[in-house]
Amino acid sequence: MKSILDNDEQALQFKNVYFDYENAAGQIRILKDVSFSIPKGEFVSIVGASGSGKTTIFRLIVGLEQQKSGSIYVNGEEMEKRLGKVGYMPQQDLLMPWRTVRQNAFLPLEIQKQKDTDSKVDRLLGEFGLKGYENKYPNELSGGMRQRVSFLRATLSGSNVLLLDEPFSALDAMTKLFMQEWLLEQWEKQLSTILFITHDISEALFLSDRIFVITDTPVTTLEEVKVPLKRPRWQHHLDQKKVIELKNSLIERFRMRV
Amino acid sequence: MRNYMYSTILTFILLLIWEIGARRINTSFILPAPTEIGMKLWELREELFLHHLPITFSVIAIGLAISLTLGILLSIGMSMSKTLEQTLYPLLITSQTIPIIALAPIFVLWFGYSIWSKIVVTIIITFFPITVSTFDGLRSTNRDLKELFQSMGASKRQLFFKLEVPSALSSFFSGLKVAVPMSVIGAAIGEWLGAQAGLGYFSRRMMTQFDGAGVFAPIVLLSLIGILLFIAVVLLEKYILNWRRI
Repeated sequence: MKSILDNDEQALQFKNVYFDYENAAGQIRILKDVSFSIPKGEFVSIVGASGSGKTTIFRLIVGLEQQKSGSIYVNGEEMEKRLGKVGYMPQQDLLMPWRTVRQNAFLPLEIQKQKDTDSKVDRLLGEFGLKGYENKYPNELSGGMRQRVSFLRATLSGSNVLLLDEPFSALDAMTKLFMQEWLLEQWEKQLSTILFITHDISEALFLSDRIFVITDTPVTTLEEVKVPLKRPRWQHHLDQKKVIELKNSLIERFRMRV
Repeated sequence: MRNYMYSTILTFILLLIWEIGARRINTSFILPAPTEIGMKLWELREELFLHHLPITFSVIAIGLAISLTLGILLSIGMSMSKTLEQTLYPLLITSQTIPIIALAPIFVLWFGYSIWSKIVVTIIITFFPITVSTFDGLRSTNRDLKELFQSMGASKRQLFFKLEVPSALSSFFSGLKVAVPMSVIGAAIGEWLGAQAGLGYFSRRMMTQFDGAGVFAPIVLLSLIGILLFIAVVLLEKYILNWRRI
């Protein structure tokens, strides 16, 4: 690992992170000595079964949980208080029904007490295909559109690091495919670093540079799989033989655990 | 308007039956006919509208205003402090088992025939639905949304004003819709028990004079106040929660 030498190039780093989940039954270890680095501009997916600790990793990065020991770095800086430092897009779109599209998207700027001086919101609304919908309420939008608003909101957090927690899991298959292509387009345009949770292996293969596979709980090592695909990518690239083989081997690995 | 067609028709039919029945019985101090009540209302218009109605209305308005202030403050306090909730919530529920109407004469004893004894009855009767619904609304805030706010670095103050208050509004209005008609009842009961003016007082005075139509006329006005206040709340709700229409 080259991580210690060029900290500036790393968007996210975990170093020897331990985390225990406490409930009535006592302490359950979720993360045990986990380390990984994600360089700036990379697209990484985490694949794992439900309850495997994927979401815990997100909650730690966002700052909703604190690690028991170890360090978490955002953009090369070790950060204790991480709330407000990364953009987070939750599984459900979590748009506020009483706010219009624009007001929902604007929320992170509002919380940071910023004004939209360079009309960034308007520009991005256009780029995200939401022009003409600025003043609509969330319940007037389709599922795909709501997710785009939710992604726009995460983008407007201003952070270069975006965490996406199974954002497309509730969409129908067709919309999901288009949203994946759209997401890659935006990722390339915004030059952001994306960490993406999914349990859909095809989705992970299509989107990511690398996939972290979680098979054990507590999580100790994140098994790393490099995706052998060039960019720009299209859905039919997934039909290549090497990709299908990789996909099948990943599925086999999970089959053992079910 | 179409939605009200059937209920309007039914109201007219019932009024017609009442009218016919009252004419047949022909003892207006027991059952005055609707037309008699209407005529009485017209006859007493100046006294009722200019003298008694403003007094009752101010009881309702002041009572509701105090009730809203207390109820909102208390529900915010309970939503912020678990200790406060555990201390007050059971008391609040228990307080509802006390028959307030039976206690009302005591308030007359304490506050005399002044407006305040009626306001106290109104407050006590409307305080509960406002507090409980506002509190439930504040508590119903979506947890995931709350975490999303936190993940953006929102302060407690921002969480409260930008998330908890809007989340509670819908429930608050439900409580207010219950409280508004009850405030009219509260004011009327208060006036019944001891007053020198007001619609409730006037109705009771007519009772002692065996003036059936005179008993009903102020009651018609009381329910009109209730209906109008209710409509006002509904309009306000529609205006503030306009996103719900879609």
